[in-house]
Amino acid sequence: MAVAYTAQNRHLTVALSGEIDHHRVRGLLEDMDRELDEVLPHTLVVDCRGITFMDSSGIAVLLRLWKRMEALGGTIQVTGLPEQPARVLRAAGLQRLFPLD
Amino acid sequence: MRTIKYTNQVSLVFPSRSANESFARSAAAAFAAQLDPTLDELGDVKTAVSEAVTNAIVHAYPDTLGKVELKLRIYPGNELELIIRDWGIGIPDIDQARTPLFTTGNEERSGMGFTIMESFMDSVKVKSVPGKGTTVTLRKRFALRAGGKV
Repeated sequence: MAVAYTAQNRHLTVALSGEIDHHRVRGLLEDMDRELDEVLPHTLVVDCRGITFMDSSGIAVLLRLWKRMEALGGTIQVTGLPEQPARVLRAAGLQRLFPLD
Repeated sequence: MRTIKYTNQVSLVFPSRSANESFARSAAAAFAAQLDPTLDELGDVKTAVSEAVTNAIVHAYPDTLGKVELKLRIYPGNELELIIRDWGIGIPDIDQARTPLFTTGNEERSGMGFTIMESFMDSVKVKSVPGKGTTVTLRKRFALRAGGKV
């Protein structure tokens, strides 16, 4: 599984790596939901440094995390985005939800 | 109809298994490499192919496995054409399918597939007949670089 979680108090880091596509995202959403239910984070950091490819399936992942953090009243930060996934997220207008650095 | 003859072509046929999404976009990138693309251009091709092939896998054959064909062609003028064809259920309303955020899929889908294809390709054409299948034709022209090909 190319997703790693680091939780401390109510701070959670989700590190995604490898190729994020429809094939991979099946299962990933449920996995992330379980982790969020357990930690109930105030702050969530999505570390994207290890992503080698991402298509619109990644948009679904980030939108889901964003919605979950809205419901929890917490904040979400996306960090370390390589250029290819950043282009996909910008094409979808996701910079309006959170800064894409 | 296009009358100019392509200078190179490959055709791949594979079953609509999601494991083949990665194969299809990698094959497209490998074929496009002969056009001397930048890394960004190569990323755009991979992304657009991934979207079109995933649509075929998820939406054309929702409950069965079917055949997906990926045709890659190079035309004079450094132009790449990618044709993604399926023989699935078809799209009843193409304009609706191309609307950002519209999806008939579940939460795994964002409804942004066509928007991404349109952003990254020069043109996106969709032909679909309900019950017969769908053909998506993507085109992209690559910049000629100094010191590049003859």
